[in-house]
Amino acid sequence: MRAVIAVIGKDTVGILAKVSAICADAGANIMDVTQTIMQDLFAMTMLIDITNCSENYSDLADKLTKAGEEMALQIHVMHEDIFNAMHRI
Amino acid sequence: MILNSNDILETIKMIQEENLDIRTITMGISLLDCIDSDIDKACTKVYDKMMRLACNHVKTGEDIEKRYGIPIINKRLSVTPIAMLAAAAKGNPVKFAHTLQKVADETGVNYVGGYSALVHKGFSAGDRELIESIPEALSTTTKVCSSVNVGSTRAGINMNAVSLMGKIIKQASEATKEDHCFGAAKIVVFCNAVEDNPFMAGAFHGVGEADCVINVGVSGPGVVRAALAKMPDASIDEVADTIKKTAFKVTRMGQLVGTEASKMLGVPFGIVDLSLAPTPAVGDSVAHILEEIGLESCGAYGTTAALALLNDAVKKGGVMASSRVGGLSGAFIPVSEDAGMIDAVNNGSLCLEKLEAMTAVCSVGLDMIVIPGDTPDEIISAIIADEAAIGMVNSKTTAVRVIPAIGMKEGETLEFGGLFGSGPVMPVNKFSPAKFISRGGHIPAPLQSLKN
Repeated sequence: MRAVIAVIGKDTVGILAKVSAICADAGANIMDVTQTIMQDLFAMTMLIDITNCSENYSDLADKLTKAGEEMALQIHVMHEDIFNAMHRI
Repeated sequence: MILNSNDILETIKMIQEENLDIRTITMGISLLDCIDSDIDKACTKVYDKMMRLACNHVKTGEDIEKRYGIPIINKRLSVTPIAMLAAAAKGNPVKFAHTLQKVADETGVNYVGGYSALVHKGFSAGDRELIESIPEALSTTTKVCSSVNVGSTRAGINMNAVSLMGKIIKQASEATKEDHCFGAAKIVVFCNAVEDNPFMAGAFHGVGEADCVINVGVSGPGVVRAALAKMPDASIDEVADTIKKTAFKVTRMGQLVGTEASKMLGVPFGIVDLSLAPTPAVGDSVAHILEEIGLESCGAYGTTAALALLNDAVKKGGVMASSRVGGLSGAFIPVSEDAGMIDAVNNGSLCLEKLEAMTAVCSVGLDMIVIPGDTPDEIISAIIADEAAIGMVNSKTTAVRVIPAIGMKEGETLEFGGLFGSGPVMPVNKFSPAKFISRGGHIPAPLQSLKN
Protein backbone atom coordinates (compact mmCIF):
# COMPACT_ATOMS: atom_id res chain seq x y z
CA MET A 1 0.00 0.00 0.00
CA ARG A 2 1.24 3.45 -0.84
CA ALA A 3 0.43 6.77 0.74
CA VAL A 4 1.02 10.40 -0.11
CA ILE A 5 2.47 12.86 2.38
CA ALA A 6 1.76 16.48 1.52
CA VAL A 7 3.53 19.24 3.42
CA ILE A 8 2.44 22.84 3.06
CA GLY A 9 3.64 25.88 4.97
CA LYS A 10 6.36 28.44 5.48
CA ASP A 11 9.78 27.28 4.33
CA THR A 12 12.25 26.53 7.15
CA VAL A 13 15.43 24.52 7.55
CA GLY A 14 15.10 20.76 7.96
CA ILE A 15 11.56 20.01 6.80
CA LEU A 16 12.56 17.23 4.44
CA ALA A 17 15.02 15.83 7.01
CA LYS A 18 12.39 15.69 9.72
CA VAL A 19 9.69 14.10 7.57
CA SER A 20 12.05 11.53 6.07
CA ALA A 21 13.44 10.67 9.53
CA ILE A 22 9.93 9.82 10.75
CA CYS A 23 9.37 7.69 7.65
CA ALA A 24 12.68 5.92 8.13
CA ASP A 25 11.92 5.17 11.80
CA ALA A 26 8.65 3.61 10.76
CA GLY A 27 10.19 1.59 7.97
CA ALA A 28 8.28 3.43 5.26
CA ASN A 29 10.14 3.50 1.97
CA ILE A 30 10.23 6.88 0.21
CA MET A 31 9.58 6.33 -3.48
CA ASP A 32 9.38 9.83 -4.84
CA VAL A 33 9.60 13.43 -3.64
CA THR A 34 8.68 16.66 -5.38
CA GLN A 35 8.96 20.04 -3.81
CA THR A 36 8.41 23.58 -4.91
CA ILE A 37 8.75 26.92 -3.21
CA MET A 38 6.23 29.49 -4.32
CA GLN A 39 7.36 32.82 -2.83
CA ASP A 40 7.67 31.87 0.82
CA LEU A 41 5.34 28.90 0.69
CA PHE A 42 6.85 25.49 0.79
CA ALA A 43 4.92 22.66 -0.84
CA MET A 44 6.25 19.13 -0.84
CA THR A 45 4.58 15.91 -1.89
CA MET A 46 6.11 12.58 -1.08
CA LEU A 47 5.02 9.11 -2.17
CA ILE A 48 5.83 6.40 0.37
CA ASP A 49 5.45 2.64 0.35
CA ILE A 50 4.12 1.42 3.67
CA THR A 51 3.76 -2.26 2.84
CA ASN A 52 6.62 -3.20 5.17
CA CYS A 53 5.97 -0.47 7.67
CA SER A 54 6.63 -1.38 11.31
CA GLU A 55 4.00 1.04 12.55
CA ASN A 56 0.36 0.97 11.65
CA TYR A 57 -0.87 3.53 9.18
CA SER A 58 -2.88 5.60 11.58
CA ASP A 59 -0.02 5.96 14.13
CA LEU A 60 2.34 7.07 11.38
CA ALA A 61 -0.23 9.59 10.12
CA ASP A 62 -0.69 10.98 13.65
CA LYS A 63 3.05 11.25 14.18
CA LEU A 64 3.55 13.16 10.95
CA THR A 65 0.63 15.49 11.61
CA LYS A 66 2.04 16.22 15.07
CA ALA A 67 5.51 16.89 13.68
CA GLY A 68 3.88 19.29 11.24
CA GLU A 69 2.20 21.18 14.05
CA GLU A 70 5.53 21.55 15.86
CA MET A 71 7.09 23.11 12.75
CA ALA A 72 3.98 25.22 12.06
CA LEU A 73 3.32 23.27 8.87
CA GLN A 74 0.30 21.41 7.59
CA ILE A 75 1.12 17.78 6.97
CA HIS A 76 -1.52 15.55 5.40
CA VAL A 77 -1.13 11.82 5.00
CA MET A 78 -3.58 10.21 2.63
CA HIS A 79 -3.88 6.87 0.88
CA GLU A 80 -2.85 7.24 -2.79
CA ASP A 81 -6.15 5.76 -4.02
CA ILE A 82 -8.01 8.97 -3.31
CA PHE A 83 -5.87 10.84 -5.84
CA ASN A 84 -6.07 8.05 -8.40
CA ALA A 85 -9.84 8.02 -8.01
CA MET A 86 -10.26 11.77 -8.33
CA HIS A 87 -7.78 12.59 -11.04
CA ARG A 88 -7.65 9.51 -13.28
CA ILE A 89 -10.43 8.22 -15.48
CA MET B 1 6.09 10.87 -9.60
CA ILE B 2 3.15 8.90 -10.96
CA LEU B 3 0.83 11.28 -9.18
CA ASN B 4 0.90 14.90 -10.16
CA SER B 5 1.68 17.14 -7.21
CA ASN B 6 -0.77 19.77 -8.47
CA ASP B 7 -3.53 17.18 -8.31
CA ILE B 8 -2.51 16.30 -4.77
CA LEU B 9 -2.52 19.91 -3.67
CA GLU B 10 -5.85 20.51 -5.43
CA THR B 11 -7.46 17.66 -3.50
CA ILE B 12 -6.07 18.93 -0.21
CA LYS B 13 -7.29 22.45 -0.96
CA MET B 14 -10.78 21.12 -1.74
CA ILE B 15 -10.94 19.36 1.62
CA GLN B 16 -9.27 22.03 3.74
CA GLU B 17 -10.61 25.24 2.26
CA GLU B 18 -13.66 24.38 0.20
CA ASN B 19 -15.44 22.05 2.64
CA LEU B 20 -15.32 18.98 0.45
CA ASP B 21 -16.61 16.04 2.41
CA ILE B 22 -18.58 12.84 2.25
CA ARG B 23 -21.88 13.94 3.72
CA THR B 24 -23.09 10.54 4.79
CA ILE B 25 -22.57 6.84 4.60
CA THR B 26 -25.92 5.25 5.24
CA MET B 27 -26.41 1.57 5.82
CA GLY B 28 -29.78 0.39 4.57
CA ILE B 29 -31.17 -2.58 6.48
CA SER B 30 -34.23 -4.60 5.51
CA LEU B 31 -36.49 -5.43 8.44
CA LEU B 32 -38.89 -7.61 6.48
CA ASP B 33 -37.63 -10.71 8.28
CA CYS B 34 -38.35 -9.06 11.64
CA ILE B 35 -42.11 -8.90 11.11
CA ASP B 36 -44.02 -10.51 13.98
CA SER B 37 -47.59 -10.38 15.19
CA ASP B 38 -46.30 -9.64 18.70
CA ILE B 39 -44.91 -6.09 18.71
CA ASP B 40 -42.43 -6.77 21.51
CA LYS B 41 -41.01 -9.77 19.69
CA ALA B 42 -40.79 -7.72 16.49
CA CYS B 43 -38.88 -4.98 18.34
CA THR B 44 -36.42 -7.52 19.74
CA LYS B 45 -35.83 -8.93 16.26
CA VAL B 46 -35.33 -5.42 14.88
CA TYR B 47 -32.85 -4.58 17.62
CA ASP B 48 -30.89 -7.82 17.17
CA LYS B 49 -30.68 -7.58 13.39
CA MET B 50 -29.69 -3.91 13.35
CA MET B 51 -27.05 -4.33 16.05
CA ARG B 52 -25.60 -7.36 14.28
CA LEU B 53 -25.23 -5.53 10.97
CA ALA B 54 -24.45 -2.01 12.13
CA CYS B 55 -22.28 -2.44 15.21
CA ASN B 56 -19.12 -1.55 13.25
CA HIS B 57 -20.67 1.04 10.97
CA VAL B 58 -19.42 4.14 12.79
CA LYS B 59 -15.97 2.67 13.45
CA THR B 60 -15.59 1.75 9.77
CA GLY B 61 -16.53 5.28 8.75
CA GLU B 62 -13.91 6.70 11.10
CA ASP B 63 -11.24 4.32 9.79
CA ILE B 64 -11.95 5.41 6.22
CA GLU B 65 -11.79 9.06 7.23
CA LYS B 66 -8.33 8.51 8.62
CA ARG B 67 -7.09 6.43 5.75
CA TYR B 68 -8.06 8.86 3.01
CA GLY B 69 -7.93 12.06 4.99
CA ILE B 70 -11.47 12.91 3.96
CA PRO B 71 -14.14 13.88 6.50
CA ILE B 72 -17.26 11.72 6.61
CA ILE B 73 -19.74 13.93 8.40
CA ASN B 74 -22.59 11.53 9.14
CA LYS B 75 -22.91 7.82 9.69
CA ARG B 76 -26.53 6.77 9.49
CA LEU B 77 -28.93 3.87 9.15
CA SER B 78 -32.10 3.48 7.14
CA VAL B 79 -34.67 0.72 7.51
CA THR B 80 -37.70 -0.78 5.81
CA PRO B 81 -40.74 1.51 6.24
CA ILE B 82 -41.91 0.71 9.75
CA ALA B 83 -45.57 0.81 8.64
CA MET B 84 -44.97 -2.63 7.10
CA LEU B 85 -43.93 -4.01 10.48
CA ALA B 86 -46.73 -2.15 12.23
CA ALA B 87 -49.20 -3.76 9.82
CA ALA B 88 -48.57 -7.18 11.30
CA ALA B 89 -48.04 -6.20 14.92
CA LYS B 90 -50.87 -4.96 17.08
CA GLY B 91 -49.97 -2.21 19.48
CA ASN B 92 -48.55 1.29 19.52
CA PRO B 93 -46.00 1.65 16.70
CA VAL B 94 -44.04 4.16 18.81
CA LYS B 95 -42.37 1.09 20.34
CA PHE B 96 -40.56 0.65 17.05
CA ALA B 97 -39.37 4.26 17.19
CA HIS B 98 -37.93 3.66 20.65
CA THR B 99 -36.17 0.54 19.39
CA LEU B 100 -34.62 2.53 16.53
CA GLN B 101 -33.52 5.19 19.01
CA LYS B 102 -31.88 2.53 21.19
CA VAL B 103 -30.00 1.15 18.19
CA ALA B 104 -28.87 4.67 17.23
CA ASP B 105 -27.60 5.33 20.76
CA GLU B 106 -25.72 2.05 20.97
CA THR B 107 -24.17 2.11 17.49
CA GLY B 108 -23.30 5.82 17.68
CA VAL B 109 -25.01 6.74 14.38
CA ASN B 110 -26.55 10.18 14.34
CA TYR B 111 -29.88 9.36 12.64
CA VAL B 112 -32.01 6.37 11.74
CA GLY B 113 -34.51 6.90 8.93
CA GLY B 114 -37.49 4.76 8.10
CA TYR B 115 -40.30 5.57 10.51
CA SER B 116 -42.20 5.74 7.27
CA ALA B 117 -45.31 4.83 5.38
CA LEU B 118 -45.93 4.63 1.63
CA VAL B 119 -49.53 5.66 1.00
CA HIS B 120 -49.49 7.16 -2.50
CA LYS B 121 -52.44 5.04 -3.62
CA GLY B 122 -54.17 4.44 -0.31
CA PHE B 123 -53.77 3.41 3.32
CA SER B 124 -53.22 -0.24 4.12
CA ALA B 125 -53.12 -1.86 7.54
CA GLY B 126 -50.66 -0.12 9.82
CA ASP B 127 -50.23 3.00 7.66
CA ARG B 128 -52.74 5.23 9.38
CA GLU B 129 -51.69 4.08 12.88
CA LEU B 130 -48.07 4.78 12.03
CA ILE B 131 -48.74 8.21 10.56
CA GLU B 132 -50.88 9.20 13.53
CA SER B 133 -48.10 8.13 15.90
CA ILE B 134 -45.45 10.26 14.16
CA PRO B 135 -45.74 13.32 16.48
CA GLU B 136 -45.35 11.12 19.57
CA ALA B 137 -42.54 9.09 17.99
CA LEU B 138 -40.55 12.16 17.02
CA SER B 139 -41.09 14.03 20.27
CA THR B 140 -40.00 11.08 22.42
CA THR B 141 -36.90 10.23 20.37
CA THR B 142 -34.02 12.37 19.10
CA LYS B 143 -32.47 10.34 16.31
CA VAL B 144 -35.43 8.84 14.48
CA CYS B 145 -36.57 10.35 11.19
CA SER B 146 -39.88 9.88 9.48
CA SER B 147 -41.15 10.14 5.93
CA VAL B 148 -44.46 9.60 4.19
CA ASN B 149 -44.91 9.15 0.45
CA VAL B 150 -48.25 10.68 -0.56
CA GLY B 151 -48.04 10.63 -4.33
CA SER B 152 -46.35 9.21 -7.40
CA THR B 153 -46.40 9.71 -11.15
CA ARG B 154 -47.94 6.27 -11.64
CA ALA B 155 -50.46 6.44 -8.81
CA GLY B 156 -51.46 10.09 -8.51
CA ILE B 157 -51.80 11.89 -5.18
CA ASN B 158 -53.60 10.55 -2.12
CA MET B 159 -55.37 13.69 -0.93
CA ASN B 160 -56.56 12.04 2.29
CA ALA B 161 -52.92 11.51 3.21
CA VAL B 162 -52.07 15.08 2.16
CA SER B 163 -54.81 16.38 4.43
CA LEU B 164 -53.63 14.19 7.31
CA MET B 165 -49.97 15.23 6.93
CA GLY B 166 -50.79 18.94 7.38
CA LYS B 167 -52.12 18.09 10.84
CA ILE B 168 -49.28 15.71 11.66
CA ILE B 169 -46.57 18.24 10.82
CA LYS B 170 -48.25 20.84 13.00
CA GLN B 171 -48.65 18.37 15.87
CA ALA B 172 -45.02 17.25 15.60
CA SER B 173 -43.94 20.87 15.78
CA GLU B 174 -46.18 21.58 18.78
CA ALA B 175 -44.99 18.46 20.59
CA THR B 176 -41.39 19.67 20.28
CA LYS B 177 -41.93 23.41 20.75
CA GLU B 178 -39.53 23.46 23.71
CA ASP B 179 -36.90 21.96 21.43
CA HIS B 180 -36.97 24.49 18.55
CA CYS B 181 -39.94 22.67 16.96
CA PHE B 182 -37.39 20.14 15.79
CA GLY B 183 -39.95 17.35 15.44
CA ALA B 184 -41.19 18.90 12.18
CA ALA B 185 -37.63 18.99 10.83
CA LYS B 186 -37.52 15.20 11.12
CA ILE B 187 -40.53 14.58 8.83
CA VAL B 188 -40.50 14.67 5.06
CA VAL B 189 -43.58 14.30 2.88
CA PHE B 190 -42.64 12.90 -0.52
CA CYS B 191 -44.01 12.45 -3.97
CA ASN B 192 -42.11 9.77 -5.93
CA ALA B 193 -39.93 8.85 -2.92
CA VAL B 194 -36.79 6.90 -3.84
CA GLU B 195 -35.90 3.64 -2.14
CA ASP B 196 -32.15 4.17 -1.81
CA ASN B 197 -31.87 7.73 -0.52
CA PRO B 198 -29.01 8.03 1.99
CA PHE B 199 -29.96 11.54 3.15
CA MET B 200 -32.10 12.39 6.17
CA ALA B 201 -34.81 12.98 7.04
CA GLY B 202 -36.19 11.13 4.02
CA ALA B 203 -34.05 7.98 4.05
CA PHE B 204 -35.74 4.60 4.16
CA HIS B 205 -34.75 1.20 2.85
CA GLY B 206 -37.12 0.25 0.05
CA VAL B 207 -38.60 -3.22 -0.31
CA GLY B 208 -36.91 -3.66 -3.69
CA GLU B 209 -33.47 -3.32 -2.12
CA ALA B 210 -31.07 -6.06 -1.01
CA ASP B 211 -31.08 -7.19 2.63
CA CYS B 212 -28.33 -4.77 3.63
CA VAL B 213 -26.50 -2.17 1.50
CA ILE B 214 -24.18 0.80 1.88
CA ASN B 215 -25.28 4.04 0.22
CA VAL B 216 -23.09 7.12 0.09
CA GLY B 217 -24.09 10.76 -0.19
CA VAL B 218 -21.41 13.14 -1.39
CA SER B 219 -21.35 16.87 -1.05
CA GLY B 220 -19.31 19.80 -2.25
CA PRO B 221 -21.10 23.05 -3.07
CA GLY B 222 -17.97 24.90 -1.89
CA VAL B 223 -15.81 23.10 -4.42
CA VAL B 224 -18.14 23.94 -7.30
CA ARG B 225 -18.31 27.58 -6.26
CA ALA B 226 -14.52 27.83 -5.97
CA ALA B 227 -14.09 26.29 -9.43
CA LEU B 228 -16.53 28.80 -10.92
CA ALA B 229 -14.88 31.71 -9.11
CA LYS B 230 -11.77 31.08 -11.20
CA MET B 231 -13.67 31.80 -14.42
CA PRO B 232 -15.58 35.07 -14.00
CA ASP B 233 -15.96 35.78 -17.72
CA ALA B 234 -16.65 32.30 -19.06
CA SER B 235 -19.72 31.55 -21.17
CA ILE B 236 -22.54 29.40 -19.80
CA ASP B 237 -21.26 26.39 -21.80
CA GLU B 238 -17.94 26.63 -20.00
CA VAL B 239 -19.72 27.03 -16.67
CA ALA B 240 -21.69 23.83 -17.30
CA ASP B 241 -18.54 22.04 -18.34
CA THR B 242 -16.65 23.11 -15.22
CA ILE B 243 -19.49 21.97 -12.98
CA LYS B 244 -19.46 18.58 -14.71
CA LYS B 245 -15.72 18.15 -14.21
CA THR B 246 -15.94 19.15 -10.56
CA ALA B 247 -18.90 16.86 -9.93
CA PHE B 248 -16.92 14.04 -11.51
CA LYS B 249 -14.07 14.46 -9.03
CA VAL B 250 -16.36 14.76 -6.03
CA THR B 251 -18.35 11.70 -7.03
CA ARG B 252 -15.25 9.60 -7.60
CA MET B 253 -14.41 10.15 -4.00
CA GLY B 254 -17.88 8.99 -2.96
CA GLN B 255 -17.47 5.90 -5.11
CA LEU B 256 -14.12 5.14 -3.48
CA VAL B 257 -15.46 5.57 0.04
CA GLY B 258 -18.57 3.50 -0.70
CA THR B 259 -16.57 0.66 -2.24
CA GLU B 260 -14.13 0.67 0.66
CA ALA B 261 -16.88 0.77 3.30
CA SER B 262 -18.75 -2.06 1.63
CA LYS B 263 -15.57 -4.16 1.53
CA MET B 264 -14.73 -3.47 5.18
CA LEU B 265 -18.26 -4.19 6.41
CA GLY B 266 -18.86 -7.14 4.11
CA VAL B 267 -22.06 -5.56 2.83
CA PRO B 268 -22.89 -4.88 -0.85
CA PHE B 269 -22.39 -1.38 -2.19
CA GLY B 270 -25.67 0.29 -3.09
CA ILE B 271 -25.41 3.69 -4.72
CA VAL B 272 -23.68 7.04 -4.69
CA ASP B 273 -26.13 9.91 -4.34
CA LEU B 274 -24.67 12.76 -6.39
CA SER B 275 -26.01 15.58 -4.33
CA LEU B 276 -24.75 19.05 -3.65
CA ALA B 277 -25.82 19.27 -0.02
CA PRO B 278 -25.10 22.63 1.59
CA THR B 279 -24.26 23.32 5.24
CA PRO B 280 -24.55 26.58 7.14
CA ALA B 281 -20.71 26.89 7.02
CA VAL B 282 -19.49 29.88 5.05
CA GLY B 283 -18.53 28.79 1.53
CA ASP B 284 -20.64 25.64 1.54
CA SER B 285 -23.76 27.06 -0.05
CA VAL B 286 -25.76 26.19 -3.17
CA ALA B 287 -27.15 29.75 -3.24
CA HIS B 288 -23.60 31.06 -3.51
CA ILE B 289 -23.00 28.88 -6.59
CA LEU B 290 -26.03 30.46 -8.25
CA GLU B 291 -24.72 33.88 -7.28
CA GLU B 292 -21.29 32.98 -8.64
CA ILE B 293 -22.95 32.12 -11.96
CA GLY B 294 -24.12 35.72 -12.08
CA LEU B 295 -27.12 36.51 -9.91
CA GLU B 296 -27.03 39.40 -7.45
CA SER B 297 -28.91 37.32 -4.93
CA CYS B 298 -30.46 33.86 -4.99
CA GLY B 299 -34.14 34.28 -5.81
CA ALA B 300 -33.62 36.89 -8.53
CA TYR B 301 -35.09 36.14 -11.97
CA GLY B 302 -32.70 33.68 -13.56
CA THR B 303 -32.42 31.57 -10.41
CA THR B 304 -34.56 28.74 -11.79
CA ALA B 305 -32.56 28.63 -15.04
CA ALA B 306 -29.21 28.70 -13.23
CA LEU B 307 -30.36 25.97 -10.87
CA ALA B 308 -31.57 23.81 -13.77
CA LEU B 309 -28.14 24.14 -15.36
CA LEU B 310 -26.38 23.32 -12.10
CA ASN B 311 -28.57 20.32 -11.33
CA ASP B 312 -28.17 18.80 -14.77
CA ALA B 313 -24.41 19.36 -14.93
CA VAL B 314 -23.92 17.76 -11.51
CA LYS B 315 -25.75 14.64 -12.71
CA LYS B 316 -23.88 14.48 -16.01
CA GLY B 317 -20.51 14.72 -14.32
CA GLY B 318 -21.44 12.36 -11.53
CA VAL B 319 -22.98 9.61 -13.62
CA MET B 320 -19.70 8.91 -15.37
CA ALA B 321 -17.78 8.86 -12.10
CA SER B 322 -19.74 6.14 -10.41
CA SER B 323 -20.77 2.65 -11.38
CA ARG B 324 -24.02 2.99 -9.47
CA VAL B 325 -25.88 6.22 -9.09
CA GLY B 326 -29.16 6.65 -7.30
CA GLY B 327 -30.87 8.35 -4.40
CA LEU B 328 -31.99 11.91 -4.93
CA SER B 329 -28.95 13.04 -6.96
CA GLY B 330 -29.02 16.76 -7.65
CA ALA B 331 -28.75 20.08 -5.87
CA PHE B 332 -30.47 20.46 -2.51
CA ILE B 333 -31.98 23.78 -1.55
CA PRO B 334 -32.70 23.56 2.19
CA VAL B 335 -33.19 27.13 3.36
CA SER B 336 -32.06 26.89 6.97
CA GLU B 337 -28.97 24.82 6.10
CA ASP B 338 -27.61 27.19 3.49
CA ALA B 339 -26.01 30.50 4.51
CA GLY B 340 -26.71 32.02 1.08
CA MET B 341 -30.39 31.02 1.14
CA ILE B 342 -30.83 32.49 4.62
CA ASP B 343 -29.33 35.80 3.45
CA ALA B 344 -31.52 35.76 0.35
CA VAL B 345 -34.65 35.32 2.46
CA ASN B 346 -33.57 38.04 4.87
CA ASN B 347 -32.81 40.54 2.12
CA GLY B 348 -36.19 39.92 0.51
CA SER B 349 -35.05 38.31 -2.74
CA LEU B 350 -36.17 34.75 -2.03
CA CYS B 351 -39.79 33.87 -1.28
CA LEU B 352 -41.73 30.64 -0.91
CA GLU B 353 -43.20 30.89 -4.42
CA LYS B 354 -39.74 31.18 -5.99
CA LEU B 355 -38.53 28.22 -3.95
CA GLU B 356 -41.48 26.24 -5.27
CA ALA B 357 -40.49 27.09 -8.85
CA MET B 358 -36.91 26.04 -8.09
CA THR B 359 -38.07 22.66 -6.87
CA ALA B 360 -39.40 21.89 -10.36
CA VAL B 361 -35.84 21.76 -11.67
CA CYS B 362 -33.72 20.58 -8.77
CA SER B 363 -33.24 17.54 -6.65
CA VAL B 364 -35.85 17.60 -3.94
CA GLY B 365 -38.34 20.14 -2.80
CA LEU B 366 -39.35 22.69 -0.21
CA ASP B 367 -36.75 21.80 2.38
CA MET B 368 -36.13 23.16 5.88
CA ILE B 369 -38.44 26.11 5.46
CA VAL B 370 -39.73 27.80 8.61
CA ILE B 371 -43.29 29.13 8.42
CA PRO B 372 -45.35 31.03 11.02
CA GLY B 373 -46.55 28.87 13.92
CA ASP B 374 -50.18 29.87 13.43
CA THR B 375 -50.29 28.60 9.82
CA PRO B 376 -53.53 26.54 9.58
CA ASP B 377 -53.18 22.78 8.97
CA GLU B 378 -54.97 23.01 5.61
CA ILE B 379 -52.44 25.53 4.29
CA ILE B 380 -49.61 23.14 5.17
CA SER B 381 -51.58 20.38 3.40
CA ALA B 382 -52.05 22.59 0.36
CA ILE B 383 -48.31 23.37 0.24
CA ILE B 384 -47.74 19.60 0.23
CA ALA B 385 -50.35 19.11 -2.52
CA ASP B 386 -48.73 21.73 -4.78
CA GLU B 387 -45.29 20.28 -4.30
CA ALA B 388 -46.50 16.72 -4.86
CA ALA B 389 -48.22 17.87 -8.07
CA ILE B 390 -44.92 19.26 -9.38
CA GLY B 391 -43.26 15.92 -8.70
CA MET B 392 -46.12 13.86 -10.08
CA VAL B 393 -46.38 15.73 -13.37
CA ASN B 394 -42.62 16.02 -13.94
CA SER B 395 -41.81 12.40 -12.96
CA LYS B 396 -39.38 13.52 -10.30
CA THR B 397 -39.03 13.29 -6.56
CA THR B 398 -40.36 16.26 -4.65
CA ALA B 399 -40.68 16.69 -0.93
CA VAL B 400 -41.90 19.06 1.72
CA ARG B 401 -40.16 19.65 5.01
CA VAL B 402 -41.66 22.77 6.53
CA ILE B 403 -41.38 23.71 10.17
CA PRO B 404 -44.27 25.67 11.71
CA ALA B 405 -42.42 27.74 14.34
CA ILE B 406 -44.85 27.62 17.23
CA GLY B 407 -45.30 31.04 18.82
CA MET B 408 -43.24 32.82 16.17
CA LYS B 409 -44.21 35.27 13.45
CA GLU B 410 -42.77 36.42 10.15
CA GLY B 411 -39.42 38.12 10.48
CA GLU B 412 -38.33 36.15 13.55
CA THR B 413 -35.66 33.44 13.32
CA LEU B 414 -35.84 29.86 14.53
CA GLU B 415 -32.43 28.54 15.58
CA PHE B 416 -31.66 24.83 15.22
CA GLY B 417 -27.88 24.90 15.52
CA GLY B 418 -25.30 22.57 14.00
CA LEU B 419 -25.81 21.27 10.47
CA PHE B 420 -29.43 22.37 10.55
CA GLY B 421 -28.61 26.07 10.87
CA SER B 422 -31.28 28.64 11.50
CA GLY B 423 -34.37 29.58 9.57
CA PRO B 424 -36.03 32.96 9.12
CA VAL B 425 -39.82 32.59 9.46
CA MET B 426 -41.12 33.05 5.90
CA PRO B 427 -44.43 34.63 4.96
CA VAL B 428 -47.13 32.27 3.69
CA ASN B 429 -50.07 33.10 1.42
CA LYS B 430 -53.00 33.21 3.87
CA PHE B 431 -55.95 32.70 1.50
CA SER B 432 -57.71 29.50 2.47
CA PRO B 433 -57.50 26.21 0.56
CA ALA B 434 -59.70 24.56 3.25
CA LYS B 435 -62.48 23.46 0.93
CA PHE B 436 -60.06 21.89 -1.56
CA ILE B 437 -58.22 19.98 1.15
CA SER B 438 -61.36 18.84 3.00
CA ARG B 439 -62.81 17.18 -0.13
CA GLY B 440 -60.47 14.21 0.35
CA GLY B 441 -60.09 11.56 -2.33
CA HIS B 442 -57.41 11.05 -4.89
CA ILE B 443 -55.86 13.07 -7.73
CA PRO B 444 -55.67 10.68 -10.70
CA ALA B 445 -52.29 9.80 -12.17
CA PRO B 446 -51.30 12.13 -14.99
CA LEU B 447 -51.25 11.24 -18.66
CA GLN B 448 -47.79 10.22 -19.80
CA SER B 449 -48.17 11.36 -23.39
CA LEU B 450 -49.30 14.63 -25.05
CA LYS B 451 -46.64 16.36 -22.94
CA ASN B 452 -46.72 20.10 -23.12
